[in-house]
Amino acid sequence: MVLEKLITAFTLILLAGSQLCAQTTITIATVNNGDMIVMQRLAKQFEQQHPDIHLDWVILEEKILREKTTTDAAAHGGQFDVVTIGPLEAPIWGRRGWLLPLEGKLSPGYDLNDLLKPIRDGASDSGHLYALPFYAESSLTYYRKDLFRRAGLTMPAQPTYEDIARFARTLNDPVHDLSGICLRGKPGWGENMAYISTVANTFGGRWFDEAWRPQFDSPEWHTAVSFYINLLQKYGPPGSSSNGFNESLTLFENGRCAMWIDATVAAGTLSDARQSKVASTVGFAPAPIGVTPHGSQWLWFWALGVPSSSKHSEAALKFIEWATSKEYIQLVAQTNGWAAIPPGTRESTYQLPQYLASAPFAELTYHSIMAADPLHPTEKPVPYTGIQCIVIPSFPTIGNQVGQLIAAALVGSMSVDEALHKAQLATERVERHTGLLH
Amino acid sequence: MSRRETLSRSALKLPAIVSLFIWSVIPLLMTLWFSFRRYNLMEPDRTGFDGFGNYRYLLSDPSLAMAIGNTVLLVASVLVITVGLGTLLAVLYDQVFFGRGIARVLVLAPFFIMPTVSALIWKNMMMHPDYGFIAFLMRSVGLKPIDWFAVAPLTSIIIIVSWQWLPFAVLTLLTSVQSLDSERKEAARMDGAGPVAIFRYILLPHLGRAISATVMIETIFLLGIFAEIYVTTSGGPGFASTNLSFLIYRYALLEYDVGGASVAGLVAIVLANILAFFLMRSFARNLDL
Amino acid sequence: MLSKKLRWKLLMTALGWAVALVIAFPVCWLVLTSFKSETEAISRIPHLFFHATLESYIVVQERTTYFHFAWNSVVVAIGSTILALAAAIPCSYAMAFMPTKRTRDTLLWMLSTKMMPSVGVLVPIYLIYRETDLLDTRTGLLLINALLNLPIVVWMLYTFFKEVPREVLEAARMDGASPLRELYDLLLPLAMPGIVSTSLLAIILAWNEAFWSLTLTAAKAAPLTAFIASFSSPEGLFYSKLSAASTMAIAPIVILGWLSQKQLVRGLTFGAVK
Repeated sequence: MVLEKLITAFTLILLAGSQLCAQTTITIATVNNGDMIVMQRLAKQFEQQHPDIHLDWVILEEKILREKTTTDAAAHGGQFDVVTIGPLEAPIWGRRGWLLPLEGKLSPGYDLNDLLKPIRDGASDSGHLYALPFYAESSLTYYRKDLFRRAGLTMPAQPTYEDIARFARTLNDPVHDLSGICLRGKPGWGENMAYISTVANTFGGRWFDEAWRPQFDSPEWHTAVSFYINLLQKYGPPGSSSNGFNESLTLFENGRCAMWIDATVAAGTLSDARQSKVASTVGFAPAPIGVTPHGSQWLWFWALGVPSSSKHSEAALKFIEWATSKEYIQLVAQTNGWAAIPPGTRESTYQLPQYLASAPFAELTYHSIMAADPLHPTEKPVPYTGIQCIVIPSFPTIGNQVGQLIAAALVGSMSVDEALHKAQLATERVERHTGLLH
Repeated sequence: MSRRETLSRSALKLPAIVSLFIWSVIPLLMTLWFSFRRYNLMEPDRTGFDGFGNYRYLLSDPSLAMAIGNTVLLVASVLVITVGLGTLLAVLYDQVFFGRGIARVLVLAPFFIMPTVSALIWKNMMMHPDYGFIAFLMRSVGLKPIDWFAVAPLTSIIIIVSWQWLPFAVLTLLTSVQSLDSERKEAARMDGAGPVAIFRYILLPHLGRAISATVMIETIFLLGIFAEIYVTTSGGPGFASTNLSFLIYRYALLEYDVGGASVAGLVAIVLANILAFFLMRSFARNLDL
Repeated sequence: MLSKKLRWKLLMTALGWAVALVIAFPVCWLVLTSFKSETEAISRIPHLFFHATLESYIVVQERTTYFHFAWNSVVVAIGSTILALAAAIPCSYAMAFMPTKRTRDTLLWMLSTKMMPSVGVLVPIYLIYRETDLLDTRTGLLLINALLNLPIVVWMLYTFFKEVPREVLEAARMDGASPLRELYDLLLPLAMPGIVSTSLLAIILAWNEAFWSLTLTAAKAAPLTAFIASFSSPEGLFYSKLSAASTMAIAPIVILGWLSQKQLVRGLTFGAVK
């Protein structure tokens, strides 16, 4: 009897062991944003559905993650099976052969045609799709309805920057720790430059002309940057030059800003009374325009791709399908509520009555994303694609340097003229080094 | 000395020397090689020799001169602050007082904290113009809080780094102070020397060795300061807080320009060795090597 | 009327404690913040008295496996130290007791390798590690930490060994002991305090090393420095969670450091201070 039991136990252990051996482990590199943390938690269900796949997570802050995944992709390090990437990486990496092209590899049930067109375009290069979008965002104007009402102001259906400056002046109340407006000031291509690009675009500017000459010394950029700095210096919160998305979000949530222009993805958090003190009074409007609507709102997404150096691409593909599917969106709605679903990727999301009912910002987000046209970002013609994230390999280099110089002008250590002139020279220098300009 | 002994002597040293040689020379040669090539991780199609292209590129970088200046300024300021304050504190913690053991332990704390963590503490909880503790203190006495990283970026970095390295200086100098025999102090006091005179003519000369050791070790680590800048200012605003390490980082990991980073790396190595030459000579003399 | 001596002592007590509290304040504040709720953590008027909660610790523990990271840190810190000692002890011994004209230059050269900027050689090292399958392995990280600390370890041991009275060793040499026997039977026990403090410093340095541990690891070998990077600057409030994660990451090394304060003192000074 005892012997029999022992043998059974032994066989069971052996079986379990062989099961473990048959397991494929895939390593997923992702950003530590809220939506991804939810994904990590829900992925236990994925592991239950696929007992042969085990998930290892590398969750890092955006800056460090980007450095790691780029180094790994470029050097074919093969450390990751799934990478979280944005509009800058997906097409460029795809073109280089660092990512697996996805057509024909997805299961028939995966509804590719449901993806929003600007987002799908952004994750593709010459018609090949290289990553599946996880969530996407454009930009919006957030404002405090209560303060507007008290001051007798109304937010127009489409505000202009003139309106915004007027509102900020009226509502700015530093004595009561209320800033007229909060904006990004922290230097970086994905930080202040994301926002400043949209201001420059809507004031008629562009990053480069058709011959790739940088345009920072143009009157449009001068007007846009002067406007931005003036607005923020006069009516912005203290320490603007170190405020990025996150810092501004915290300020607005705590009732410290009358207005804020930033990513649509903040709308969910701002409407959530558990996190936001202004949940009941926050209003939404499209991003403001200057002289032209072209490129006045940005377009960004986080998407999941599979590096071509991955040794477990089949399991990795199964995972990215799962995490970007309609079913996943339903799953998040069930566990975390409708306002928490990853937005901006699928047409079907914006046809869900429950979502539209519980997320007052949903339609505005959808229209902003659909209005953003990364293929024709500015009023004047340009040789590049991308609204605030120019899809060329040297964009981070250029964007960071220009961002630093504008931050220096924001804190007053140089004039706008000087900053833009230096930005012009710095960009020409980088372009000559990388062969864009001769 | 017999041949056998010479042999065994070399054999003993071999593992350490060979591994360090490989560790320093192979990457150095690769760096030298890359510095003459077009090599950007993001542009694998543009390769080949570029002659002195990368060198011209780096030399035309307006932030290079600033980075060298900032490096020297950062190292020098932190050394002056930590050694200066460290000497005073060493004398203080040499005195007998209530709870001295625990107080000493508290002073040591910053040394054990990871550089990234201490930068995060200072950025978010101390120097933040809104939620920072310093801002709170300034507001409560009616002052306008300083936006540290915008107004005084390099100074802020110097404060953080000095905080991290002060315990080290206190530790080494305290041990040295304690080793001074009390008879000499007593004798001087008998001769009518005041506390200042004792400090100046007896203690300071005695501390010479410890100070040069502290300066030496701190310099090695301070030249490579990087995490503190990375976490707080990203080298800005403008290039106001970019040092050489951060400049190289910017080339290598923000711009993926291996060629440019290699040249910047070589510049840093040359600068470090010039500094090292003078420092180590005097250090070695002080230590009777 | 207090005696002059007591007054002096009281004055020193006040001064000594004031300075100590100012210096340790940021660390204490970090620990306090980790027990606050996120909204309290960013309050503009800091709460000294607040409703302590373990919420952040629970969230951190739910999201990541702290012990996986901590174990990697332990293995890398201790392993690299053992490796560095193994290479350094014979070398320092040979330098201290059988010096040549070049000994001094060798020592200076070793120390100068520490001045090489890590990030400048990232790509070469990354390529080498890829070719040798060392990426994301504890062995790889351990190896690089051992090499980073080797110069300091050699130098420190050298100064400690030099303090050992030569007569003891010479007597043994007369008896015909081989250099290795001499090293293991006589020198090591005598220099033990020095070896201990050297190891402590090497462990602290390896524990706090951030650049290579972030660039060369992914999921399997990531140490606590990577653990912190998963809690810094996400979208949304994070001060309290970051503080909790940081407290967990620094706690082991701070405790080790405090416990071994005395031994460390000697090590840090390279024996320059007797």
